[in-house]
Amino acid sequence: MTVDSARETRKIRCVAKMKEIMTHYYIEAKTAAENGRKVAWITSGGPVEPLIAMDVIPVYPENHGAMIGAAKMGQELCEKAEAMGYSSDLCAYARADIGAAPIDGGPIGGLPRPDMLVCCNNICGTVLKWYEIQARYFNAPLFILDTPICHTDCSDAVRRYVAGQIRAYIAFLETVCGRPMDRERMEAVGRLSIEGQRLWQSVLDTAAHRPAPLSAFDAFFHLALIVTLRGTRIAVDYYRELLAEMHQRIADGIGAVPEERYRLLWDNLPIWYRTRWLSERFAAHGACLVADTYTSAWCSSLPYLDENDFIASMAEGYTRIYLNLGIDQMAAAVIDMIDKYGVDGLVMHSNRSCKPYSLGQYDIQRIVAEQRGLPTLMIEADMVDSRAFSESQVETRIDAFMEMIKARGPRKDH
Amino acid sequence: MFQLDPRFVQIAADPIAYARQWKKQTGQPVIGTLCSYAPEEIVVAGGGLPLRLLTTGAGDQGADAHLQAYSCSLVRGALADWLNGRLAELDGIVFAHTCDSMQRLSDIWRLSRQGRFHADVVWPATVAAPGAEAYGVEILQAFAAAYGRHFHLAIAAPALAAAAAIYNRIRDRLRRLYALRREQPGVMPGRDWLAVMRTAMVMDRSILAEALDSLVSALEQETAAPAAGKRLVLAGGVCEAPAIYDVIEAAGATVVWDDLCTGWRYAAGHIEPLDEIWTALARRYLQRSVCPAKHAGLTRRADDLIEAARLAKADGVIFLFLKFCDPHLFDYPYLKQRLDAAGLPCLMVELEDQRAAEGQLRTRCEAFIEML
Ligand code: SF4
Ligand code: SF4
Repeated sequence: MTVDSARETRKIRCVAKMKEIMTHYYIEAKTAAENGRKVAWITSGGPVEPLIAMDVIPVYPENHGAMIGAAKMGQELCEKAEAMGYSSDLCAYARADIGAAPIDGGPIGGLPRPDMLVCCNNICGTVLKWYEIQARYFNAPLFILDTPICHTDCSDAVRRYVAGQIRAYIAFLETVCGRPMDRERMEAVGRLSIEGQRLWQSVLDTAAHRPAPLSAFDAFFHLALIVTLRGTRIAVDYYRELLAEMHQRIADGIGAVPEERYRLLWDNLPIWYRTRWLSERFAAHGACLVADTYTSAWCSSLPYLDENDFIASMAEGYTRIYLNLGIDQMAAAVIDMIDKYGVDGLVMHSNRSCKPYSLGQYDIQRIVAEQRGLPTLMIEADMVDSRAFSESQVETRIDAFMEMIKARGPRKDH
Repeated sequence: MFQLDPRFVQIAADPIAYARQWKKQTGQPVIGTLCSYAPEEIVVAGGGLPLRLLTTGAGDQGADAHLQAYSCSLVRGALADWLNGRLAELDGIVFAHTCDSMQRLSDIWRLSRQGRFHADVVWPATVAAPGAEAYGVEILQAFAAAYGRHFHLAIAAPALAAAAAIYNRIRDRLRRLYALRREQPGVMPGRDWLAVMRTAMVMDRSILAEALDSLVSALEQETAAPAAGKRLVLAGGVCEAPAIYDVIEAAGATVVWDDLCTGWRYAAGHIEPLDEIWTALARRYLQRSVCPAKHAGLTRRADDLIEAARLAKADGVIFLFLKFCDPHLFDYPYLKQRLDAAGLPCLMVELEDQRAAEGQLRTRCEAFIEML
C-alpha cells in the first residue's frame, strides 16, 4: 500500500458525519430566536437533560473555547479579554469566551445570545465567576447548581443538598420557559443520556485492542456530541455508528497509528491548537495515545445514574464526576485506565488554564510511579492560549521521553 | 500617647512560637486553618486553638515537588512550611471551601498528613442556594464529629454556644475597631492594625476577647488622631505585609476600611440565637461579608464595596491580589467598572509574594495617592 492509501484507510469515516451534525447543531442554535426557541449556556459538566426535555437549546462556551483553540484564534481573543482587564493567568476558555462575546469573535462568529445560563461547578470554581460575568453582560438569568467537591466521599448531606438544587433547577426552567416540565419526556431524555454515555464508553473501550482503532486525539474530536447533544437520539445513533466502525477496524486490523509499538495515556485537556502536531510527533515514534482521562470524564458518573429514576440519580451523578474528586481517587482512576488499556507511559499536560485538573498532577505522577512503575512526560502548555506553548521545548521532551520508553521496551504484562 | 499591647506585636511576629507555647501550657491540640470560612468556633468548643496559617515567609522551596508555578504564593508557601517542618506544632488542619487551588492543596496536604487530623468543610459555593443552611448545619456537625473522634472529645451544643459567645465578643470588638478606624483614621498606625488582626487569628480566643476589650477602651480614650490625609480602602484576599501600610502612610494616606479575608470578612457577622447554635453558626458563615469564591448574587460584592467606601468617605480603593488568585482576578474588572461609575479611583496591585513586595508597591502606590 502506498503511504497515501494507508493514510486513507486509517481515516475514520464517521468524521464527516460528525462535522455535519455539529454544523447543523450550531445553525439551529444560532437561529433559535427566529424559530421561537430558547438558548441556554451551560457548563460542560452541567446537567443538560432538563434543558433538552424543555426543548431549550444548550450551548457550551467550553466547546466554543475548544473550537477557538483548534482554529488558532485563542491568543487573539484572550488578548481581547486582557484588554478588558482580565488577567492573563485566568482560564483561557473563560478569557476567549469573554473576549469573543462583545465582538462576535471566533470561528463561528460568536455564540447565540443566552436566554439563561446554567452553571454547575462540578468542574471548577472558574465557571462560577465566568458565568457571573456573562450573566451580567447578557443580562440573562443565571442558575447555579452547586456540587460540593467530594475529597474523599460523597455524603448524604451532599446528596440531599444537590437533590434540592436539582428541584430548584427544574423550577427555574419552568419559570423561564413559562410551562411545566413533562416528567415522562425528562425520564426518556435521561435514558438516552445514559445510553449515549454507555456507547461513548464502549467506543473508548475499543482502544484496549492492539492496535488501538482510535487514539485519544480521535476521541478529542468525537467527544463533541457527548458534551453538546447528550440526552438526544442523535448522539445515541452517532455513537452506535462510530462503535460499529471501530469494531470493523479491529476486524480489519486497522490502527490509529501506522505501526503501534507503544501505548500511552493522556491526562488533562487537549492542547487544541496542536493536536495534529502532537499526534504526528508521537506516531513518528510508533506511539499511540490510546486513552485519556478527559474524554472519559463524560462517563465517569455512569455508576451513579439510574435509568429508571434519572431525576433522582442526577444529584449524585453530577456530583461524583472525575474533576470533583480528591486527587487520590483521580490517581486510582488513572491506574485503572493504565491497566485496562495496557499503557507503557503517562503523558500529562500541565495546563496553566485549569488548576483543578493540573494542581495535584505531580502527586498523581508519583502514585503511578509507585504503583505501576510507569514513567511520565510532563508537557507545560495551555489548552487554548498558544503563548504558553514552546514547540521546540515540547519536541525535545517528547523525543527524550520516547527514548526512555523504547529503552524499557513495551510492557510485557499485557 | 497610644501604645499597643506588646502581646499583639509579639504574636503577630511569630504565631507559630505562640502556638507552641500555648500547646505546652494547655496540652490541647492546635488546628491550622487557611481560610476565614473555617469554622473556628467548633475548634474552640473542643478546647483546641485555631491557628490561621498565612505563610511564615521562609520561602516556598519544596512546594514545587507538588505544585506548579501557577499556584498562588499562599498555597505554595503554606505547603512549603508544612513539608519543611515549620508547622510541626499542628495537630491537624481544617480546609474550608475556597478556590480550586486551595481544594487541591487540601488533597496534597491530606496525602502527606503524617497521621495528623485533616478535615474539609465544603461550604456551599452559592451561599443562598436552596437548602444551603440545612446543608451547612450538616457539614458543621460532621466536622465536629470527625474532630471529636480524632481527639476523643465530644462537642455538645452548650460548649459550642459558649465558644460562639466568645467569637461574638471578639467580632463585636473588632467591628468596633473598624468603626473607630473610620471615624478617627490614624488612631492606630497601619502596622499596629495589622498586628491586631493577625493576632486575632492566633491568640487563645478567651484571652484575645479580653485583650480586645482593653484595646477598644484605650482607643476610645484617644481624642487627637493624626490627620488622615487621603482616605483609602484596601480590598483583596490575604494581607499580611506591614510594608503595605508603611508605604501608604509614608505617601500621606491612611487605610480607613478594608475588604480583606484577613480583615473585615473575618470580623463580619454575628452568631445568634445561641440556643439554636448549629443553625445560627451556619447562618453566620453563609450571611457574612462574602468572598469572591462564593456566589451571593451578581452585584453583591460591588454593592458592598461601594457602600463601604462611601461610608468610609474613601478617596480611593487599592486592590491587593496575589498573582494566580482566580476568584479575585475574575471579579476585578467588574468591581473597577462599578467604582469608576461611582467616581472612585482605584489601583490594582498584583503581588507575586507580598512579603517581598515593598519595592513593587512603593512606586505605584505613591503615584496613585499623588493623583487622588
Ligand atoms: S478548563 Fe478547567 S478552569 Fe477552565 S472552565 Fe474547564 S474545568 Fe474550569
Ligand atoms: S489567595 Fe486566591 S488563589 Fe490563593 S488560596 Fe486564596 S483565593 Fe485561592
